[in-house]
Amino acid sequence: MNTILETHSLTKKFGTITAVNDLSFSLCRSSITALLGGNGAGKTTTLSMLLGLLRPSSGEISLFGKDFVKDRFPVLGRMNFSSPYVDLPQRLTVGENLLVYAKLYGVVYPKERIQQVAKSFRLEKLLDQRLRRLSSGQKTRVSLAKSLINEPEFLLLDEPTASLDPDTTVWIREFLQEYRDQRGATILFASHDMREVELLCDEALLMKEGKLVEKGSPQGLLDKYQRSNLEEVFLQVNRKGME
Amino acid sequence: MSAKLKHSSSSRIFALFTRYFFLLRSSWPRIIEIAYWPTMQMVVWGFVSKHFAPSSPELTAGGVLISVVLIWDTLFRSHISYTLSFLEEMWSRNLGNLFVSPLRPWELMLGLACISLIRTLIGMIPAALLAIPFFGVSVFDMGLPLFAFFFNLVLTGWAMSQFVTAILIRYGLGAESLTWVLPFLIAPFSCIYYPLSTLPGWMQEIAAFIPTTYVFEGMRALLIEGVWRQDLLLKSLSFNVIYLGLGMSAFLFAFRVARKHGLLLQAGE
Repeated sequence: MNTILETHSLTKKFGTITAVNDLSFSLCRSSITALLGGNGAGKTTTLSMLLGLLRPSSGEISLFGKDFVKDRFPVLGRMNFSSPYVDLPQRLTVGENLLVYAKLYGVVYPKERIQQVAKSFRLEKLLDQRLRRLSSGQKTRVSLAKSLINEPEFLLLDEPTASLDPDTTVWIREFLQEYRDQRGATILFASHDMREVELLCDEALLMKEGKLVEKGSPQGLLDKYQRSNLEEVFLQVNRKGME
Repeated sequence: MSAKLKHSSSSRIFALFTRYFFLLRSSWPRIIEIAYWPTMQMVVWGFVSKHFAPSSPELTAGGVLISVVLIWDTLFRSHISYTLSFLEEMWSRNLGNLFVSPLRPWELMLGLACISLIRTLIGMIPAALLAIPFFGVSVFDMGLPLFAFFFNLVLTGWAMSQFVTAILIRYGLGAESLTWVLPFLIAPFSCIYYPLSTLPGWMQEIAAFIPTTYVFEGMRALLIEGVWRQDLLLKSLSFNVIYLGLGMSAFLFAFRVARKHGLLLQAGE
């Protein structure tokens, strides 16, 4: 298994606050990894640095063998991102949004690709609808469709199943696993849904106060902490030192 | 099947242009509004010009008043169109999506400039055409110099927008009102309706650094005296090139600061 992402001593400080502290980890090709942590643990800051939206204070990010901190543009086209906290233009239709992003990512046959992702995310009937008219669950599906428009090798997701109904949540989960298997893609996602993490990911990274405090496979973590579910593991790790 | 990708700056700039074009065509009232304000300006100032024509021929000769009003509006439209398109990204909280794509900041600037030009033309052409039957004034009679004046004012509008968008990136939507304020800050120094000699000495010194001053001086020379002052145009162009360079640097600097402080994900309503 080859590594596509490696961070070394990644640190981000905002004035006197250290949001991410000496974070080192790597991700293998074709893996699904969850980034866990309570509010303020540094998940969003970490994702922002891995997306190039935030410049690290120190440390290194190597993505596809390239120095991502120094020059991120050569690899940005090979990755993509979805978050319920970052919107797409509401006044554009679903189809227009997907077309714009297909062109931004240099998709050679954008219309064909849009049909593919629309089919995958059950959006065919919504392509002519303006985004602002959609429900929050439908918007999440559009955002996920956008994140797959360039068929990324590295996909970063922030709470991918937030505001989705249980049926769609299961379906998205299965879709992501299938996408990983077929494309050999690497997926890193931040989530608070421990059940989702257990079912979907190969590895979990637990952050607390900007530091990586635990990592391992869901089963490995359950065995190590002798707990029946990841939520209990998360609570135990998160409360360590507080009692 | 894998999605075939072909990365090029031109396709990304075109993608961005498409995004703003979709936005524009999504609302007919928006398109009408773009043409509405310049047309209303032209009508009001047309009647003012007609009223003063008998008593102040030097003010209205050659349709100079209507022409300068239209040309001044070019700067305003160019600036507003650029900045509003950028604000759309902030209002819709879309900057995060844009900047995780391979889009370079300078490509964003160029995309904004392209749509600004289209919106400015949509605003100005109907007003300029309507001035012909309404007041018998055709700015098109200026010929090639008109394009030189127009081009220079568009460039000034873009330079101002680059500074404003830089401030918006750094300070967020709290600085939104700058969009509307900035063109009026340079208006008194631009000598739109009066010659440069009207200004007091200290204002003339400031006006000498403003590219629009030379455009309006040049227009008056052409419309009143029939003299085509290329030297004025060159001065205007030189200052525009300098301000565009500074504006671009300001935007890129603000972008770097935003990346340092994590402002790109937070930008929005």
